[in-house]
Amino acid sequence: MSKLFSNENKEVFLNPLNKNNPIAVQVLGICSALAVTSQLEPAIVMGLSVTVITAFSNVIISLLRNTIPNRIRIIVQLVVVAALVTIVSQILKAYVYDVSVALSVYVGLIITNCILMGRLEAFAMQNGPWESFLDGIGNGLGYALILVIVGFVRELLGFGTLFGFQVVPDICYEWGYQNNGMMTMPAMSLIIVGCVIWAHRSINKEEK
Amino acid sequence: MKSLRKFFDNIKPYVEEGGKFHALRSLVDGFETFAFVPNQTSRVGSVNIHDAIDSKRIMSLVVIALMPALLFGMYNVGYQNYAAAGTLANASFWELFGFGFLAVLPKIIVSYVVGLGIEFVVAQWKGEEIQEGFLVSGILIPMIIPVNTPLWMLAIAVAFSVILAKEIFGGTGMNVFNPALVTRAFLFFSYPSVMTGDDNVWVAQSTIFGLGNNLPDTYAAATPLGNAALGQPLADQCAAITGLIPGAIGETSVIAIALGAILLLWTGVASWKTMISVFVGGGLTAALFHATGSSPLTWCDQIVLGGFCFGAVFMATDPVTSARTEGGKYIYGFLIGVVAVMVRVLNPGFPEGMMLAILLMNIFAPLIDYFFVQSNINKRAKRAIK
Repeated sequence: MSKLFSNENKEVFLNPLNKNNPIAVQVLGICSALAVTSQLEPAIVMGLSVTVITAFSNVIISLLRNTIPNRIRIIVQLVVVAALVTIVSQILKAYVYDVSVALSVYVGLIITNCILMGRLEAFAMQNGPWESFLDGIGNGLGYALILVIVGFVRELLGFGTLFGFQVVPDICYEWGYQNNGMMTMPAMSLIIVGCVIWAHRSINKEEK
Repeated sequence: MKSLRKFFDNIKPYVEEGGKFHALRSLVDGFETFAFVPNQTSRVGSVNIHDAIDSKRIMSLVVIALMPALLFGMYNVGYQNYAAAGTLANASFWELFGFGFLAVLPKIIVSYVVGLGIEFVVAQWKGEEIQEGFLVSGILIPMIIPVNTPLWMLAIAVAFSVILAKEIFGGTGMNVFNPALVTRAFLFFSYPSVMTGDDNVWVAQSTIFGLGNNLPDTYAAATPLGNAALGQPLADQCAAITGLIPGAIGETSVIAIALGAILLLWTGVASWKTMISVFVGGGLTAALFHATGSSPLTWCDQIVLGGFCFGAVFMATDPVTSARTEGGKYIYGFLIGVVAVMVRVLNPGFPEGMMLAILLMNIFAPLIDYFFVQSNINKRAKRAIK
């Protein structure tokens, strides 16, 4: 048991949350981060879907890693990821249909998310299933974290709501406040992701 | 003048390193170099000569060139309000101008306070000399927005553009996009209801200190360009040239802008190549669209309406964001004119395309320069090999 939660494994899990964040540091998975973050709910669902898919595809590939012929490893990885994506997409359609409509093609496009292939190639192919599982969860949550931050800012300023509930009081609108239409456009989420990266880098610089 | 010099000399020790008010160094430094040409010279042994016309003097010149358009804009704000209320005949010139002045002044103040505030803070924080690049942007911004823009929106937009379009790239002289246009673009896309369309946007609605008239909430005035997007031809070309039409504060009068253009060209601050080619590009495209029947406006209508002249004279010629090679200026300007008229005619959602055209060509300016430099290098290389 102690080996399962050793310091090394903790690192594997915690590193992608902050110091090696897939979006803020590696700048991977940007396209979906721009597309699904106009509201908080789809952002969270997307983050969780990616977390689950990364974790389980990492585990499966890690179990298979010694039997996969090197020359066809990419196609094997793709098959595993595609199967998981299909399962997740069906579950979303069954239980949270509205969100699945809001996410539209982007659930299917998780298959092309660079974070997934990156983790499979860089981590799961060399490490055991438990470490790979932690790595997958960590990277997925690191991705979800940024999505939630961006989704929070965009929904609050763009719609005046959070999870669909109005947070900006009516009195503000009577005084002339208006929702910022640019926040609902993908262009603005690029700028917000940039600001998150900016803040992240300046904080980490101070730590060094 | 002497007392001012003495004042700066007196307070200097306080703001230098270790002084009591060191936090205000960039502020004092900024105002001092603005009031007096700095007395630093090139290091001994170097071959550089400092021209007394440094960037602050050039900026001041552009601000002077903007004055006719700004003053006329103020008058026009009053004129539009009184004309809409039907009380034009009883109002004196000073009533019209005073109303416009009071309507426009808060916007200028907000724009300068927010923009310069951020610049001073950044300069102090980085320990750099303050650059008055914002001197021009700060006066351009109120001139390219509708008179009814709320001040808090303006403040947010100015902060956005100064931080994200300018300071992030390294401050004055390093920006890719024209900060004034980024401000307008931010307002345009963020708050479309107050920036475009014909609802209560272009004509001041309420009295200020007893001047002006309260207009009913349902009052709506469209700009001639807005009407043209709906397929109506221009009714009064004369008004469009003198500038007595609804529109953004400083952009309406061709005559006032021409005065500024003459000053800029005569002093050599703006490039005539860029300016002329914007008009040529826009005119040719507009003539083409008019001939094919896509637009009810003739080529001269397109040029005198909206922000075309203002953009061509004051925005396209911005030395930082425009193409810098002499040949490149022709292409850069020409394409601005072409794209501006294309956006106007082909996209009914955007009655005005000048802002988008200039921002788009800002991105391409370095590419245009690159090709001109490369072709020059190739030409010379060939000559050398011979």
